[in-house]
Amino acid sequence: MSVMTTRIDRRKFLKTGLAGATGLIIGFYLPGRHEVLMADAAPADLNAFIHISPENTVTILVARSEMGQGVATSLPMLVAEELECDWREIRFEFAPAARVYFNPHMHSQGTGGSTSINSSWEPLRMAGATAREMLIAAAAQKWGVDASGCRAQAGEVVHAATKRRATYGSLAEAAAKLPVPDEVKLKDYAEFQVIGKPFKRLDVHEKVDGRARFGIDSRRPGMYHAVVLRCPVFGGKAAKVNASKAKSVRGVKDVFPISSGIAVVADNTWNAMEGRRALDVEWDEGPNAAVTTAAIFERFSQALEKPGVPAKTVGDAASSFSRAVKKVEAEYRAPYEAHATMEPMNCTADVREDGAELWVPTQFQTSSQAVAARIAGVRPEQVKVHTTFLGGGFGRRGETDFVMEACEVSKAMKAPAQVTWSRDDDTQHDFYRPAALIRLSAGLDASGKPVSFAAHIACDSVFRWALPSAVQNGMDRTSVDGFSDIPYDIPNILVDYQLVPGPVPLGFWRSVGCSQNGFFRECFIDELAVAAGKDPYEFRRDLLRHSPRDLGVLDMAADKAGWGKPLPHGRYRGIAVVKGFDTYVAEVAELSLDADRNIKVHRVVAAVDLGQPVNPAIIEQQVHSGIVYGLSQTLKGEITIDKGRVEQANFDTFEVLRMTEMPHVDVYITTSHRTPPTGMGEPAVPPIAPAVFNAIYAATGKRLRRIPYRPGDLA
Amino acid sequence: MAIRFTVNGKPQTVDVDPNMPLLWVIRDTLNMTGTKFGCGLALCGACTVHIDGEATRSCITPVSSVEGKKITTIEGLSPDNSHPVQRAWIEIDVPQCGYCQSGQIMSAAALLAGNPHPTDAQIEQAMAGNICRCGTYQRIKEAIHRAAAMHREAAPATGAEFDRIEQGVVAGGAK
Repeated sequence: MSVMTTRIDRRKFLKTGLAGATGLIIGFYLPGRHEVLMADAAPADLNAFIHISPENTVTILVARSEMGQGVATSLPMLVAEELECDWREIRFEFAPAARVYFNPHMHSQGTGGSTSINSSWEPLRMAGATAREMLIAAAAQKWGVDASGCRAQAGEVVHAATKRRATYGSLAEAAAKLPVPDEVKLKDYAEFQVIGKPFKRLDVHEKVDGRARFGIDSRRPGMYHAVVLRCPVFGGKAAKVNASKAKSVRGVKDVFPISSGIAVVADNTWNAMEGRRALDVEWDEGPNAAVTTAAIFERFSQALEKPGVPAKTVGDAASSFSRAVKKVEAEYRAPYEAHATMEPMNCTADVREDGAELWVPTQFQTSSQAVAARIAGVRPEQVKVHTTFLGGGFGRRGETDFVMEACEVSKAMKAPAQVTWSRDDDTQHDFYRPAALIRLSAGLDASGKPVSFAAHIACDSVFRWALPSAVQNGMDRTSVDGFSDIPYDIPNILVDYQLVPGPVPLGFWRSVGCSQNGFFRECFIDELAVAAGKDPYEFRRDLLRHSPRDLGVLDMAADKAGWGKPLPHGRYRGIAVVKGFDTYVAEVAELSLDADRNIKVHRVVAAVDLGQPVNPAIIEQQVHSGIVYGLSQTLKGEITIDKGRVEQANFDTFEVLRMTEMPHVDVYITTSHRTPPTGMGEPAVPPIAPAVFNAIYAATGKRLRRIPYRPGDLA
Repeated sequence: MAIRFTVNGKPQTVDVDPNMPLLWVIRDTLNMTGTKFGCGLALCGACTVHIDGEATRSCITPVSSVEGKKITTIEGLSPDNSHPVQRAWIEIDVPQCGYCQSGQIMSAAALLAGNPHPTDAQIEQAMAGNICRCGTYQRIKEAIHRAAAMHREAAPATGAEFDRIEQGVVAGGAK
């Protein structure tokens, strides 16, 4: 790629001239639909990405939520690459809610869809480059020399001819008064000094001594603690509440209904929980009181008797199937899954007549702000959002139910209030990964080559719950992700979808549609390899000739895992490759089974292609993270429904992976495609379930078609 | 009824429901928020503290049961991140979201105090009660080995250093 020069449109570039004590502040945002809105903003609301203090500290405002995925480090790296500052002087702060921080992929301020790096790639580097040029200009002006003779390095501007130098801190005030340059030049990939290096995380120190503030750690003067009792049945509500016993519990200040249930407000969290235990409530369980998981799957099954809404049509899958030499048909299923962030849902709100403040672990600042504004009866700009660290997000914290609760309680109490969820609340009142049923069929010709492939998918729609306008003509693209973009070279393909609305709330669960569709597709491809009498890796290779990036990671994972080479006695391998959020990941799992058919996954080799890596150490962390998250749904917990309610509650009934079950993970990152980076928060999740299940087949000759694995399924 | 104990070397007297778990006393009464709430049933380990040196799940420990005892929380493990476990955690860059890490670190510190040279299997067993949803397990294991090695480099003894550091903080009072 050639050197990139980007023109700056002054109207799209904002800087505040708050010199003096505050130094240089640079704000920049992507051109797009929010321009007009920004122009209306008052100068005081103009927020920024870079703040250089007179003391030389460079503070980067991080406009994405830090939930473990490393944005508090990787986003400052993008700025630092162009700013030429001293990395040791870099600090980060979480940005407030403002249009300048919108995620262009979301048209709002949010973190999700593995978009943080990609959406920041150009704007943050431009912000860094622009600040650098303005600092150089300030130095040149101060010294009365030509700017072209000056250069920036390690937090200083240096004039080579006269060997004069000045720190950024000493130039910041003057730089803030200068015009914004018309054009800045961004580095070429080959010139990167920061990007691509395994820099240490900026948030590590405060995360090993208890200083890091998560939402649940928010403390305000005069703050109340509250918990909420919600109807266990989806869609139910309280019919009769007797709060007299609850109100007499030590420390309980008040008990009252809010839109999600009954709030119990106390002087500390424990007393609020004790008060809730003493509540006497009669529920109106509503229309869903008899719903079961079995009934939901029965509806999926019935829906699949009819043709669905086409998501992908290539050639004629039906007629080529009827003519095929060999036919393979299978039905797969996946359960509901809870997010189970380690930090249970919570929010701290201070709703006042003239505005509101939130201290919230949110993935969605602007929707949190909108909810608070609605409840407080103020304009969104009157709501100040303080984003804390997030104790895990995985999509759950893009919702605003916990924000609404805290605001309602604060408004009623006329004081700051923190609403905290118990683990049971968190497991039973989630927005779940959809349960899904799929029927797959494929036909092979005499040589074993697939000539026909059909996938019929039935599940409820995440977007129907999250953003109904995104469902068009019965199609939710997340329901068919992984199939609508199937990379395999097959001449006849049909993918269709039956949207089956149900009562179980759905949300974005780390890797979304690919979390179940990756499992279905990659296990079924393995079935086709078996039917063709071919090695599963070689079979995929043949079908990926025209998909170089899928093929690249597949080859890399197979090579690094020693595919085809002998394993110790009793060990078996499985392989899978899935592209998610434009990042390509292949994984090879190596496992053994004991006499009771318990599985031990010993090793996972992952190969990743996300274009230009920004921080390979953080990418490695995210691959580990995705594999652990994916292994939990492969081997551990599932959410089931009986009598309209979730049957699981805490980590004893909704189990997640523990250290005893952790495989050794080796991560390989290819740098063969130097394209703008895509994300790594989610794409490592989908391949692990099929890699493990394909290894189970290799070990037992038995094809299991539902997650999670249960030893009884092999009996 | 007043209940007395020390937290990180500082004497504390609280007048709360005697059944109130130590976790909530630490977090809500004493306003020390480094110790985390994860499950309330001793299933996840996020709330791990040391009571008289022993790793304990504070979420199911009634405050009345710690009368007269010495409690160490993550804030008191060292005044300056100098405990070998903290140093190893920083060197290996263990945390992701970080929420479970206070509990992980307190469990690891207690493990090393009793067994300064743990094997992989011993680490897995000792840490099995601490859940991490971000998947930092592999780095935790690596960091525990690293902390053990730091300790060997410093003084080839039997865990006394891990004890001494903690006791020193307890005696000297924490930040």
